[in-house]
Amino acid sequence: MVACTVLLVIAMTLGVAIGSVYLSPAVVWGVIASHLAGHPHDSVADAIVWEIRLPRVLLAAVVGAALTTAGTVVQVLVRNALADPFLLGVSSGASVGATAVLLFGAFAALGVWAISVGSVLGALGAMAAVFLVSRKGRALAPTQLILCGVVLSALFESVTSFLIFRGNPQATQSVLFWLLGSFGLATWSQLPIPVLALAVAIGYLLTQGRSLNALAMGAEPAAALGVDVHSLRRNLFIVTALMAGVAVAVSGIIGFVGLVIPHIVRLMVGSDHRRVLPVGVLFGASFMVVGDLLARTIVAPQEMPIGVITAFIGAPTLIVLIRRRPYLYGASG
Amino acid sequence: MSLELRDLSVDIAGRRIVAGIGFTVPDGSFTGLLGPNGSGKSTILKTIYRVHKPATGRLLLDGTDLLSLRPRDAARRIAVVSQEFTLEFDFTVLEMVMVGRTPHKRPFDRDTEADRAMVETAIGQVGCEDLAHRSFNTLSGGEKQRVLIAQAIAQGADHLILDEPTNHLDIRYQIETMELVSALGVTVLAAIHDLSLASLFCDTVHLIAGGRIIAGGPPGSVITADIMRQTYGTEVLVIEHPDTGTPHLIPRRLRSTDPPSPASTDPR
Repeated sequence: MVACTVLLVIAMTLGVAIGSVYLSPAVVWGVIASHLAGHPHDSVADAIVWEIRLPRVLLAAVVGAALTTAGTVVQVLVRNALADPFLLGVSSGASVGATAVLLFGAFAALGVWAISVGSVLGALGAMAAVFLVSRKGRALAPTQLILCGVVLSALFESVTSFLIFRGNPQATQSVLFWLLGSFGLATWSQLPIPVLALAVAIGYLLTQGRSLNALAMGAEPAAALGVDVHSLRRNLFIVTALMAGVAVAVSGIIGFVGLVIPHIVRLMVGSDHRRVLPVGVLFGASFMVVGDLLARTIVAPQEMPIGVITAFIGAPTLIVLIRRRPYLYGASG
Repeated sequence: MSLELRDLSVDIAGRRIVAGIGFTVPDGSFTGLLGPNGSGKSTILKTIYRVHKPATGRLLLDGTDLLSLRPRDAARRIAVVSQEFTLEFDFTVLEMVMVGRTPHKRPFDRDTEADRAMVETAIGQVGCEDLAHRSFNTLSGGEKQRVLIAQAIAQGADHLILDEPTNHLDIRYQIETMELVSALGVTVLAAIHDLSLASLFCDTVHLIAGGRIIAGGPPGSVITADIMRQTYGTEVLVIEHPDTGTPHLIPRRLRSTDPPSPASTDPR
């Protein structure tokens, strides 16, 4: 925990310090301290740190934490360690919502919040569809959940493709940019909703650490341990949709984080969710801040979509992890 | 003081799997549920621990409606070791057994000294002290079963439900598991496949077929060649166990065979 907190502070300091103009950590913290004290200085460094880099770094941290947490929860929900938050239709649903906003001006009355609202509604709608379709009587069957998630995701993706096909070319550009994921447009005004969503979700999940451990044993053992499996699964579904939907809304679809980081965290601290969840928040946030730092520096002055960076880091990591699966899960065969 | 099933029926996907079952599990007893594959044994057990809902009938724990209890309160009274268990995540034995404390904990409660002591005692009772820091998934079938029993012990319930606890175990672990469970001093209700093994450990058995009770009572009165023929549709020899006098089944071949004699092995 302490080590991960230190890691996050270092990552965020570097994230703010490094860019087209390098600022020393001392300058960075000086600016932050002066703002927190309420006496901001009027300087170039101040503008770079406070107006441009800090909101971006904070947003990356929040999204990294949200995706990691959502991934951890989904893996328990479907009892499959290779599940990720986008498996349940979240990303494809959010894409439909956001694309509708970008191309056709849905929810225009909501102004800057339109994309957020659109993608959250899309994510919730998609997850509700997956949830309803994969229900077997009262029970949610994990295998059906995965299958329905994959099938409905494909369906929603083709809806997105259809919307792009029908939209005008200029708007399509912005949709494609949005879909690849970026923190380039981060502003202070974007932060409150994701922070709030993450706080609510994490707050709820931290009360459910033991229940998550019990659910990891399976639905029936969890019931025998006194867990109300039906409502727990429903709640987990909702907080996952909330976190993943909000993450997609502010930064597009950033793959692999929700899949790979929970595994790395479990490798570090074991599977007890009372440790996995808080460490995952800190580690996922650090990973995303560093990923975003790479995205905007390695091909500077251009910017790489963050989804490309996470895929480049995540895919090989995942392959190594899968090939080492016996060690990862401790299974002998 | 007992666990009582009254006229219990359970439907799954529109089919009646359990039809009007009633029996009592007296406190401190070791009660066995016997019956062919698909007879409804597991369904009865799963209804007690709330996986299925009864269509009719009642479940009474010490005279009060079991299903009216909050799930965690019911789990403090009844622990379960279930049939098939796979674990997708990498928990250590200690973590697994600590999960047994779940129904005693509120959201922000930490593991207390008392919890750790109970977990340690439970691991000691099943003889897994050396495995405490091992990953659950690296254990053998018999070791896993003992850890799951330790988890149930740590749950601190006075009733234990076992669903086919000796499946896939070799003969040594079968006997060890049954001895371990019967020495815990809790009320046990177990679905058991091996009729001879059940006879050896159960005070009372209930034979289930087609969702109904065919016979109930001490093993000697239930496990007879006639009842086995009616229920399982196959011929068995039932003899007395030389140590305990309990019924012991000897399977027979469907086609009659002569015992091997010196003449038949003569190569001529």
